[in-house]
Amino acid sequence: MSREGTPPPLPPRPKNIALLDPRPPSSHGVTPTRPQLVSKPTTQLSFADSQTHSNDSKYESSSSSASRPHGLFGWNKPKASSDADAPSVRSVIPAAEGSVETESILGDVLGDHGHSLFQSLGNRFQNQESESLFLPDPDLEHAFEQEFNEIEDIDETGSNEETVLIKWRAKLKHFLILSSAGKPIYSRHGNDELITNYVGVIQTIISFYQSTEDSLKSFTAGDVRFVVMTKGPLNLVAISRLRESDSQLRAQLDALYMQILSTLTLPSLERLFAARANYDLRRPLQGTEVLLSALSDGFTRGSPSTMLGSLECLRLRKAHRHAIDNALLKTRSENLLYGLIVASGKLVSVVRPKKHSLHPGDLHLIFNMLFEAGSVKAGGGENWIPLCLPGFNNTGYLYMYVSFLNLDHPAEQIQERPRSSEGIGDEVAVVLISANKEGFFELRGMRDDLINQLQKNGSINHIRQAVKGGRFTCTDIVPGSPLRHFLYKSRGNVQFTMPSWDPYFNTLFDRRRLTCLYATLHAQVHAKPAALKIIHETTTTNISLGWSTPLFELYCVAPSTTSRAALSQAANKIVQWVRREEERLFIIGGAVF
Amino acid sequence: MADSGAAAPKPSSSVKLVLLGEAAVGKSSLVMRFVNNDFQENKEPTIGAAFLTQKCNLPTRTIKFEIWDTAGQERFASLAPMYYRNAQAALVVYDITKPSSLTKAQHWVAELHRQASPGIVIALVGNKADLAAEAAAGDELGDDATEDTDAAPGAEGEEDADADNADQRRVATKTAKAYAEEEGLLFFETSAKTGKNVAEVFTAIANAIPEASLKGPRGAAGGQSSLGRQEDARVNLGSVRPEGAKEGCAC
Repeated sequence: MSREGTPPPLPPRPKNIALLDPRPPSSHGVTPTRPQLVSKPTTQLSFADSQTHSNDSKYESSSSSASRPHGLFGWNKPKASSDADAPSVRSVIPAAEGSVETESILGDVLGDHGHSLFQSLGNRFQNQESESLFLPDPDLEHAFEQEFNEIEDIDETGSNEETVLIKWRAKLKHFLILSSAGKPIYSRHGNDELITNYVGVIQTIISFYQSTEDSLKSFTAGDVRFVVMTKGPLNLVAISRLRESDSQLRAQLDALYMQILSTLTLPSLERLFAARANYDLRRPLQGTEVLLSALSDGFTRGSPSTMLGSLECLRLRKAHRHAIDNALLKTRSENLLYGLIVASGKLVSVVRPKKHSLHPGDLHLIFNMLFEAGSVKAGGGENWIPLCLPGFNNTGYLYMYVSFLNLDHPAEQIQERPRSSEGIGDEVAVVLISANKEGFFELRGMRDDLINQLQKNGSINHIRQAVKGGRFTCTDIVPGSPLRHFLYKSRGNVQFTMPSWDPYFNTLFDRRRLTCLYATLHAQVHAKPAALKIIHETTTTNISLGWSTPLFELYCVAPSTTSRAALSQAANKIVQWVRREEERLFIIGGAVF
Repeated sequence: MADSGAAAPKPSSSVKLVLLGEAAVGKSSLVMRFVNNDFQENKEPTIGAAFLTQKCNLPTRTIKFEIWDTAGQERFASLAPMYYRNAQAALVVYDITKPSSLTKAQHWVAELHRQASPGIVIALVGNKADLAAEAAAGDELGDDATEDTDAAPGAEGEEDADADNADQRRVATKTAKAYAEEEGLLFFETSAKTGKNVAEVFTAIANAIPEASLKGPRGAAGGQSSLGRQEDARVNLGSVRPEGAKEGCAC
């Protein structure tokens, strides 16, 4: 079983039970049954009815030959949307005969101290349906509350230097981008004056290793993980106390790098530095700090989309989505490359040429620009934005027409100006992308036709209802389900779905802790060289599951009072539900021309 | 806001207007004030360009402004010709607290004179007037009509407000106005934050557009088929600038 694989390089594990924040069981391969640990995070969990999934078992035969470890990261960054998964099958549902053994391992886990601890607390937990899944961690909570506050500048006399520095150091997460010559390009927190010394230190460390031809990838200092990524003339550094895995942090740095490419294109980035190695890149990047910061903050808040490298779609009936697809195809103008309809950050429909699929990373940049950073949304009117979509082609610009519609007044078919800032959830964006720099009025015409069509065939109403309806809760999906939340990623479609954060994860901090838990599960099922196919963790407050198959990844969590059997049953129910609803939850193919 | 005059059918015509100027001088804020009568502190920078429309009612006709609000960052500069190519009017904006932004504005004016439609009406606009200590109102303003909005509390004798340490003005009204006159531009100092002079700028531009260039509504299908449509700004060069200068600058 892959659980005996080399532990991933992770920061030391806190032995303090109060830090219940889920941790990847990094030391687990060494001492799998250490009795003093309350939680036994890594354990196989078998599913009695896993064989009922015909699609899963179909892959089973190939599993043995495909079980050699290989580059995992590719799973998150598929080049093409649909064919990424097909050939490289490496994971499989455990066969039924394995269940006896795994059950016994679990029994071992649950028999220990942790189990009795939460049994003794059982009444308390059972009676409080709304009990948090996490033990309180006031320090972390306090730090998280301060995380997004801006740091003031050091004043002229330097009298506040110390407090400013303390605040800067207290940030849970930093992103730094510097040129290979050591010039600061971007920092999420703190101004130049503040970060100069740190940038200098980091640059020294990086170049020390570079000089020995052994480039630095990551290191740990205290409870802080540093991940360094060198991309051409840029060094990107992620500094995190949130206990994310290296590959997760690397994916975040990759997104920041893509944002820079999206602004400049790769050739012009290289040209700027080829002329002068100590070029100050901040000048051409002026005005995009908000985009980089919006991305960074998304990562700090915990973005399922980035972690899974996939997108969420608006749930719509198949026929309704079909009608929208058809309207897109019907009104498609000559120079259109991609057309998207996006509602409250979720994809509604896509029109694309047959030979080009959309890269999730590119879409993430677009969504970030439209829905996280305020520049486009708040400006009002329609927008014409030159941008490079590096996943599509990192050498040239495309031009993006953006128009926000107000669903509450569908009668006003041409929204000259959407409401300025509030009501984000109801906003629907029509995004039309063309390679033609002068295509604004052409695409504007298409938008008008499209909105006409969508109104005529009732699609606007369907979108509005779907947006208003929001996400389901777990118990809507499976009545009586013990699950509090889950993430389901369809690998083939590079899309994910999840239930609403409400009612259990109302605050940003609760969500962050949940995404932390997901991140540890995710790291385990994506660990190199040997990844787990199924991981089950219990703590005194929650019980969670990560399950990876060639078709999907599922992460779910329930209160600790839930039995393993109930958890696995609930997980299976989710899988069945997704299968039933697949064409509603995901865009399969989209409108292709 | 644009005056909402008589609703009687008046001849209506579209005017394509482009905003140019250094980053962060307040172009988008001016447009937002004009179009939505709204203001946002610390607005995020525009990316690319935004397209907005707003009607402006004049006594004799209705002007529908088609506004291109461009991003001020240098990397977008190469796209600017696309937006000003057929524009009948341009708002070149600078920040009265930042002299370098006036220099940039002067570059834009020169480029417009060189490359835009010959009859383009250009208004030079010094924004963020709210950051200046109030100076003698009548002197500072480009338009009599706004004198009342500018009920200056401590109007000292200081004519050039940049001599006053308390305020943030770094570009004297005189300097910019002299330049505007020299180049035949309309000139205003505005505050998108307070709304001062914003509607006036657009009204003055609407008035300055020669009747001859407003034949028929251009708003509908034909004229908008492409950003790249050429040479449809039928403008009589001779009449524009003197008229503009007269109406815009109360000098």
